[in-house]
Amino acid sequence: MLSLQAAPDTAPLLLLAVGNASRGDDALGPLLAERIEALRLPGLEVQTEYQLQIENALDLLGRRAVLFVDASVSVAAPYALTELRPARDASFSTHAQSPAAVLQSYFDTVGQAPPPSWQLAIRGEAFELGEPLSAAAEANLIESVNAAREWVGRALENLRAESGSHQSGTPIDVGLVKV
Amino acid sequence: MTSDLETAPHPETLRRVAIEPLSRVEGHGKVTLLLDADDRVQQVRLHIVEFRGFEKFIQGRPYWEVPVMVQRLCGICPVSHHLAASKALDQIVGAKITPTAEKIRRLMHYGQILQSHALHFFHLASPDLLFGFDTEIARRNIVGVAAEYPEVARQGVLLRKYGQEVIRHTAGKRIHGTGSVPGGVNKSLSAAERAELLADIYRVIGWARGAVDLVRRLHEAQPELYEVFGSFRSNLLSLVGPSGEMDLYDGKLRARDADRALLFDQFGTNRYWEAIVEETKPWSYMKFPYLRALGPEAGWYKVGPLARVQNCDQIPTPFAEAARREFLDTGHGQPIHATLAYHWARMVELLFAAESIKELLHDDDIEGHDLVARGERAERGVGVLEAPRGTLIHHYRINEDDQIVRANLIVSTTHNNQAMNEAIRQVARRYLDGRKLTEGLLNRIEVAIRAFDPCLSCATHALGKMPLAVELVDAGGVTVDRLVRDGC
Repeated sequence: MLSLQAAPDTAPLLLLAVGNASRGDDALGPLLAERIEALRLPGLEVQTEYQLQIENALDLLGRRAVLFVDASVSVAAPYALTELRPARDASFSTHAQSPAAVLQSYFDTVGQAPPPSWQLAIRGEAFELGEPLSAAAEANLIESVNAAREWVGRALENLRAESGSHQSGTPIDVGLVKV
Repeated sequence: MTSDLETAPHPETLRRVAIEPLSRVEGHGKVTLLLDADDRVQQVRLHIVEFRGFEKFIQGRPYWEVPVMVQRLCGICPVSHHLAASKALDQIVGAKITPTAEKIRRLMHYGQILQSHALHFFHLASPDLLFGFDTEIARRNIVGVAAEYPEVARQGVLLRKYGQEVIRHTAGKRIHGTGSVPGGVNKSLSAAERAELLADIYRVIGWARGAVDLVRRLHEAQPELYEVFGSFRSNLLSLVGPSGEMDLYDGKLRARDADRALLFDQFGTNRYWEAIVEETKPWSYMKFPYLRALGPEAGWYKVGPLARVQNCDQIPTPFAEAARREFLDTGHGQPIHATLAYHWARMVELLFAAESIKELLHDDDIEGHDLVARGERAERGVGVLEAPRGTLIHHYRINEDDQIVRANLIVSTTHNNQAMNEAIRQVARRYLDGRKLTEGLLNRIEVAIRAFDPCLSCATHALGKMPLAVELVDAGGVTVDRLVRDGC
């Protein structure tokens, strides 16, 4: 259990969604995860967390590409898809990590560059406890699900294209265009 | 014992400095400093927004949903809420839970303690402690730790992982666990799950012992810092077991004064409101609890690791007890009130959690099948345990239709509210008073807050948060300088 080796059956792609389903638009991440998981896309593992922590770095072991999904108040509707680089958080609290900090934890722990990773930030508006998803967020979610599907589709296409010449376990070029 | 820096006589004439994470919903933490024209500190306040909306959220829901629902209150220690709610609801279903149920819950709880304490020390606190408070931000972080102490960073992540696996096997899932239910648990461990956890536990104990040793060496290297920084006298409160031993899952309330003299002992948690009163203050959203017998001025207290290791008479596992005695010896017979001592005490508890997990894994009851008990129904239940940051109280009342009609939660950060304020006032008085503010000086305020790692009701975690803004505002209310750190 306590190793830095990927399990043999690790899916090459990971969608890691973050959010709390009971807090209004914070449910965007978990809801997107549910909808993508229902599609049963090959080569993709879908995982949901309340919030990211350092041990999520180990979930990246053996992946060829990773998509972090979270609600956001700082992007324009409906979403922003951006490539991530490892970066540190400066915080006074253990209560959350950013996706970039998870990549940094991976680097710190494993001693290697993390897999190519992207962030799908979905615009949210209201985050109160017990509130449902807002109408604006629901519209953003529909478009974001399509964006996630396209991301997975492109990643799988690249995986297939490289399968003949690419060495297993090394990073791939997902070939996504920044939005 | 209340500090004279709580309220300045003429705040309108003073310069205001706010240290403020700019999150967009609940969970804000902010420090405001009022300085006079000579940079003398006149007022220091920590503002934390408490849980809000929970009672409305849960009202009218059937009680059996509560242990799962409350996990959505907090993303960092959902297991603590899961178990505290379950303990309260045990009383409502009239259950004396079975040995298997209690041991599975204990296993889950010590898994939570282990992973939370590991995260706190290895990830949040160790950069400050290893490199000092004035080190530039780029080095005062886990990258610096990894570069100079590579094993520390790796062990921190793997200890977290182990704690999460304990939780997954006992709660059913890594998050949104359903393992604990009113009256017991809905699963025990399989032989395979038990073997998997046993395979790594001795390595975990070894790492935990190493963590205690590391924090001890840090203290010994700079005793003048560790014994003074943020030190303030206060009462101590925690649960203890029937023999006065440390027990983080169950027990009765014990309080000591600042000299460690007993104030009360074996006080039943079902009557906690007879011992603890929650006071409100106009400048803070969060309540200020105090011991009823001593009143608001003298009755506030510390909870959490530093209180627990000094409140108990012994720790019932050998390595942790030896570590506790070594820790207490540094006080030379006097109680230890230094804020940085929280970290050492926390690592003693990390070791206790690891040893407790080992003992439970060797107990055949954890594979038992007698999981749930029932008894005479009641309308009220109180569940109390020691969460990673301190005493956690869940109190529920239901109606004849089994719906929740009232809920009251007192979380560890609320218990520590006055203590955290005192810690930063001591730091401000000692290090900031009369000096030009620098990032290193302001970091000392954060170091004190980090020692407590307050719960920020942060189960909402969306992107776009800026964790910290420092604003310097002159006496006329004009912002003259502003520093923002990006990240989480």
